[in-house]
Amino acid sequence: MIVEAGHFALILAVVFALIQGTLPLIGAHRNNATWMALSVPTAVAQFILVAISFAALTYAYVTSDFSVYNVAANSHSAKPMIYKISGVWANHEGSMLLWVMILALFGSAVAVFGRNLPPTLKARVLGVQALISVGFYLFILFTSNPFERLLPAPIDGRGLNPLLQDPGLAMHPPFLYLGYVGFSIAFSFAIAALIEGRVDAAWARWVRPWTLVAWVSLTLGIALGSWWAYYELGWGGWWFWDPVENASFMPWLAGTALLHSSVVVEKRNALKGWTIFLAIVTFSLSLLGAFLVRSGVLTSVHAFASDPARGVFILGLLVVVIGGSFTLFAIRGPALKSGSLFRPISREGALLLNNLLMTTGAAAVLLGTLYPLFLDAVGGGKVSVGPPFFNAVFIPLMTPMIAAMAIGSLLAWKRGDLAQAMGRLWTALAAAGAVVLLVWWIVADGPVLAALGMGLAAWLFVGTVAELTVRIRLFRVPVGESLRRLSRIPRATWGMTVAHAGMAVVVAGMVGAGNWKVESIQVMTPGETVTVAGYDYTFRGATEVQGPNYTATRGTFDISREGRRVTTLYPENRNYPVEKRPSTEAAILTTFWADLYVVIGDPDKNTATGGYVTRIYHNPMIAWIWAGILIMVSGGLVSLSDRRHRVGAPTRHRAAPIGAAPAGVRE
Amino acid sequence: MKRKHKRLTFVVIAMVLLASAAGLALVAFEDNIVFFYSPTDVLTKNLSPDRRVRLGGLVEEGSVEKTAGSTVILFRVTDLQNTIPVSYEGLLPDLFREGQGVITEGVMVGGVFQASEVLAKHDENYMPPEVAEILKESGQWEEQDNQEQGDKPK
Repeated sequence: MIVEAGHFALILAVVFALIQGTLPLIGAHRNNATWMALSVPTAVAQFILVAISFAALTYAYVTSDFSVYNVAANSHSAKPMIYKISGVWANHEGSMLLWVMILALFGSAVAVFGRNLPPTLKARVLGVQALISVGFYLFILFTSNPFERLLPAPIDGRGLNPLLQDPGLAMHPPFLYLGYVGFSIAFSFAIAALIEGRVDAAWARWVRPWTLVAWVSLTLGIALGSWWAYYELGWGGWWFWDPVENASFMPWLAGTALLHSSVVVEKRNALKGWTIFLAIVTFSLSLLGAFLVRSGVLTSVHAFASDPARGVFILGLLVVVIGGSFTLFAIRGPALKSGSLFRPISREGALLLNNLLMTTGAAAVLLGTLYPLFLDAVGGGKVSVGPPFFNAVFIPLMTPMIAAMAIGSLLAWKRGDLAQAMGRLWTALAAAGAVVLLVWWIVADGPVLAALGMGLAAWLFVGTVAELTVRIRLFRVPVGESLRRLSRIPRATWGMTVAHAGMAVVVAGMVGAGNWKVESIQVMTPGETVTVAGYDYTFRGATEVQGPNYTATRGTFDISREGRRVTTLYPENRNYPVEKRPSTEAAILTTFWADLYVVIGDPDKNTATGGYVTRIYHNPMIAWIWAGILIMVSGGLVSLSDRRHRVGAPTRHRAAPIGAAPAGVRE
Repeated sequence: MKRKHKRLTFVVIAMVLLASAAGLALVAFEDNIVFFYSPTDVLTKNLSPDRRVRLGGLVEEGSVEKTAGSTVILFRVTDLQNTIPVSYEGLLPDLFREGQGVITEGVMVGGVFQASEVLAKHDENYMPPEVAEILKESGQWEEQDNQEQGDKPK
């Protein structure tokens, strides 16, 4: 009964979305306040209905109602509760329901918090948002209904892929979708602005918090996925340039560009058309990602069991959204009055350079991802484009960007002085040089590029700190005065500083993990010792252990360094009887400089020796990647907490001084 | 600076960037594209040992063989017309099974495919599209069987 109620709620949500997607738009056109005002209650009602629908499916999972096909196919009564719940979105149908719920959540958040938005803009934003929702509701109801019944109900479910029974992956889709779908708000704002024919600083201030929320979530979602792949797949890698990883990375690149170009619109009233363009591109890439993952057109580690009908439906949606929005952009875009002028060497110029490099990078990733599809379509044979391609194209594009990051924030708006900025960066240059030499000296036999990469990271980090010292005029004015300036730096600026510093840490981690990894695969018998990167790994044997819904072979490895005991690691090779599948659980010791990573495989063919195939990785600086990403995310959150960005706070007329939010919006 | 000039500067910068990206991409494509072949293709194409390719098909039933005291694993990949012996050193992915679709990447050396990578899938019912195509071409594709397993809405 509850399941049917969920199904019904979803159908009702379509009805509300249809109202929300038509009447307010017409109302805004005709200046009919009543019709425009409809957008708010319909948006809220729509969200409540989808939430009910989602709760109903969750209920079916929690109570293990196997008369629901989706539950029977993806759950099992013996599964731990957390994975019963995360099982809701660990399959195609349920994840689409999560997708539309987040879509409706963002829509209702704009409806509730956007009290200061001009009524026509608000009605149009919510109308466009509802139209996107309608597309996805129909997709779910026609091709991927999670409420389909299965009669007679099986006694137990088929279980969830053991690889997905993992805390990291339980949280990965919600964050990823908050990111993907969050960019729909920027898209809706862009379309609404095109319809209105007006983009100004206030518009940018309204869009920015939503873009930031989406960016923070997407960053976190990608990181969680990468972290999961690192410890769960047992390959010791953290990024594979897999089509599905690329599908999430392209919107991230475009979204990062959008975040920076909207600053220019906000502060300088320039780059308007470009910002609108980026908002459209970012969400289009999110949709493209959805298409690539769910249509099964590309070979990937993801791949939901695919169905051509779904692919065709999403492709249709993609064509309508991208085609429609770009047509609108082509018609209305030129009418957007270009704002103030600036020199190529200026803050705006630097941000534009960042944008161009980011979008070129996204285009390169897009090319590599879609090229196999394209070549196959024209009969050129089946190919795969792997990491070597992406590394060869992407890294040279990002290197100048990171080099320019440190300089850009030191340039003045409108007209910058490059010589002066460089003069302030001598400490960064010295630090970079010192790091290059130091790394070269320590890892003499390593690749030269690794030393240069570390230098680049140092350049960015010290450059970012240098920018901060310039801002507070450290040592140029008394220390007390510097501290006073420090305390008065707006949070949005702190956000930039923190995020850029985080980026430097990520770059260092990527360079280290990418260049100095040591891998060793061998058969080990109990008592045998293998030395990897200075650590001695002694295999003490393996035992059988029993988990809640699996049995496992657990190996014991004593690790020591120069005779001193470091730790003992227990990697497992689990076998899930319900799903009839094995799953490798790597054992990892994370230290500041490196991860020690041990995997136990199958027993040796000659079982009498008690030997096992083992794989040992020494992954240097991998923790820096996750730490750096967390720093970047916290930078985003700090920026989000800036009261000027407080959702709905800004008004179009900047009569009130900055920081003094109008009454009634302080919640 | 005039508006036109300003715009021109950025257009030129953008063009230079795009051109260099395109150049990078072309060079990278030249070296790094890996073609996908079926066992039949591999036999008819006579590949040189320095040409990296992907070989896809089914893992032949009963063909997986471990060697005592070493991490080398031998198995055969088939499109149900022709069969290629594969040698791989390392741990097989969790979802590697006899009778199921597989994609391996490596080089052909003296009639044996030396795989450096064996690709894993999340979903046991999932058939890589390339492998499905190969089986269709060799006329061995059982449509219903796959429908039953993979395509039914879950």
